[in-house]
Amino acid sequence: MQMPSPKSRRWGDSLFRGLTFLAALGMIGLVMVIAVQLIRGSQLAFTHFGLGFVTGSRWDPVHGAFGSLPLVYGTIVSSLIALLIAVPLSLGIAIYLAELAPHWVRTPVSFLVELLAAIPSVVYGLWGVFVLVPLVRTALEPFLQRTLGWLPFFQGTYYGFGMLAAGIILAIMIIPTISAVSREVLLAVPNSQREAMLALGATRWETIKMAVLPYGRSGILGAVILGLGRAIGETMAVTMVIGNRPQISPSVFELAQTIASIIANEFSEAFDELHLSALVMAGLVLFVVTLLLNILARLLVWRVARAPEGVTRE
Amino acid sequence: MAKKSKRVVVLVMALALLMLVTACGKSGETGKAPAGSTDSKTKTVALNGAGASFPYPLYSKWIAEYRKVAPNVTIDYQSIGSGGGIKGITEQTVDFAGSDAPMKDDQLAKAPGQIFHIPTVMGAVVITYNLEGVKTGLKLTPEVISGIYLGNIKKWNDPAITSINPEVKLPDQEITVVHRSDGSGTTNIFTDYLSNVSKEWKEKVGKGTSVEWPVGIGAKGNEGVAGTVKQTPGGIGYVELAYAVQNQLPYAFLKNQAGKFVEPTLDTTTAAAAGSAANMPEDMRVSIVNAPGENSYPIAGYTYLLVYKDQKDKDKGTELVKFLWWAIHDGEKYAKDLLYAPLPDNVVKLAEARIKQINYQGESLYK
Repeated sequence: MQMPSPKSRRWGDSLFRGLTFLAALGMIGLVMVIAVQLIRGSQLAFTHFGLGFVTGSRWDPVHGAFGSLPLVYGTIVSSLIALLIAVPLSLGIAIYLAELAPHWVRTPVSFLVELLAAIPSVVYGLWGVFVLVPLVRTALEPFLQRTLGWLPFFQGTYYGFGMLAAGIILAIMIIPTISAVSREVLLAVPNSQREAMLALGATRWETIKMAVLPYGRSGILGAVILGLGRAIGETMAVTMVIGNRPQISPSVFELAQTIASIIANEFSEAFDELHLSALVMAGLVLFVVTLLLNILARLLVWRVARAPEGVTRE
Repeated sequence: MAKKSKRVVVLVMALALLMLVTACGKSGETGKAPAGSTDSKTKTVALNGAGASFPYPLYSKWIAEYRKVAPNVTIDYQSIGSGGGIKGITEQTVDFAGSDAPMKDDQLAKAPGQIFHIPTVMGAVVITYNLEGVKTGLKLTPEVISGIYLGNIKKWNDPAITSINPEVKLPDQEITVVHRSDGSGTTNIFTDYLSNVSKEWKEKVGKGTSVEWPVGIGAKGNEGVAGTVKQTPGGIGYVELAYAVQNQLPYAFLKNQAGKFVEPTLDTTTAAAAGSAANMPEDMRVSIVNAPGENSYPIAGYTYLLVYKDQKDKDKGTELVKFLWWAIHDGEKYAKDLLYAPLPDNVVKLAEARIKQINYQGESLYK
């Protein structure tokens, strides 16, 4: 075997560099093409409604009135409910699996959690309709109304279907993503961190709280963002349990609708040009909402990453 | 190392050569008639169609059966929804389209040629409900159905319902309205009916494949509506007749224009079409909801095949006309088994007249 000459090695390097550059460029191109297509497709709706499309709250295909505010509301609130439930649970799972679990528990449980991520969303939806919704209607919602009914979030009639059911099903769907990534992040924390804490006389809990979690926080935040991304774009499972009613109500018992869900529901049978264009514009709004949330999250990660690891400098 | 890479190069080249040869072989074949037929008239023709999903099971059956009649014709039908079908025929990307709702005037105006509506079969929409101890046969009137879907009638023991169902014990229970969340021909027929029988509905909501519902839970597909009604005590929803029969859902008998309570069946659906055939316009774009006739079930509608009157390709046009003719005659036999209501004779006659007008450069393609 002969080593290639320095010259040819440089040639190979630049070829490789070029290829990866092309791949990255392709990615940017793809995003641009999607954006351009969405903007072109929503031209008609934009000339009709302008920014009123974002602030309007009626969605009436028969009379050609389209406003996406309830859809944006439904998308964001259902995802937030999902995060509220999923983040603490996922962190619990990740910490247990990375730090505390004995070896014979760790492998099968990790496997099961990752298996959850591979279940198709329509299956979650079916399970939602036949198991979760009746449970929510007969047990969870009556309980919430009895105990916390004085809050505006838990008032009104309940159907089982609605914002709460959608939030729960989304939470179940994003737990595997958040917990699996967080676990990897925690496992990557160098042992020297733990050993230093233990050497100072810290307990197991203090070690996790003061050394391991702070070290991995930007990674954990990344995991949460990944989960949020999945929740915002989820369509099938959500549409099966959310009740598909575009409205804004503080109560999580009420029916709601998300952007992704209304597009999936109405696109194939939308006859009218304006209706089609409004659906494409809803897609554009979803694109922008996702973009804004991602930028926000990125800023958050930078802020967190810039802070020193550990809690020393406070 | 060097030897190995050489071998790889040879292998790749051989593979490429092989692909080239097979590709040539294939392209050479497609132009020829299938083996055995030397007749120059029976050219292989491929017809592409797309559109409504409601008649898809029947159309697939037709395509399979028609292959036995005319082996030289391959027909493809993709169930992408009526909206997609109309788009396809307007942009001439398909040879024919399927639609559950007739095209509107402004849509027809956008097409580059005159489009014919050929009705194929009918579907009916039934009202299903979830009431403990109440089976099929609850009686409902147009006023009650529109009242419930407008949100004016809120309880099952409302006098409007109990007065027409004296023999049924109705509970003091909230009515939970369920409707389709996805755009669909079923919704179009149902809201067409509501607009026809209720002025308030017509003004407030109107008809369409998706509407702004005054009340209720939206569920995706027939299975979604049926599932949601099943899950919700006091629920009411509308589904296709075929779906209700296959899944043995309880359904309501509806009061028709003649004042009779009619059970939804294939026969009462066909009766609705026959009852309204007298008022059928020449272009066959007609709504048959709330049709006259003693035996007419009031929530029914045609599903159509859409074709251009002036065909651009003689071979394709000829085969298309033959297929349409076969469909409304021999094809109707398969309808009932698949739970579609066949066309009544007087409508078949009207459709025949329409098919005979399809032409290539002024010459009728019907033989």
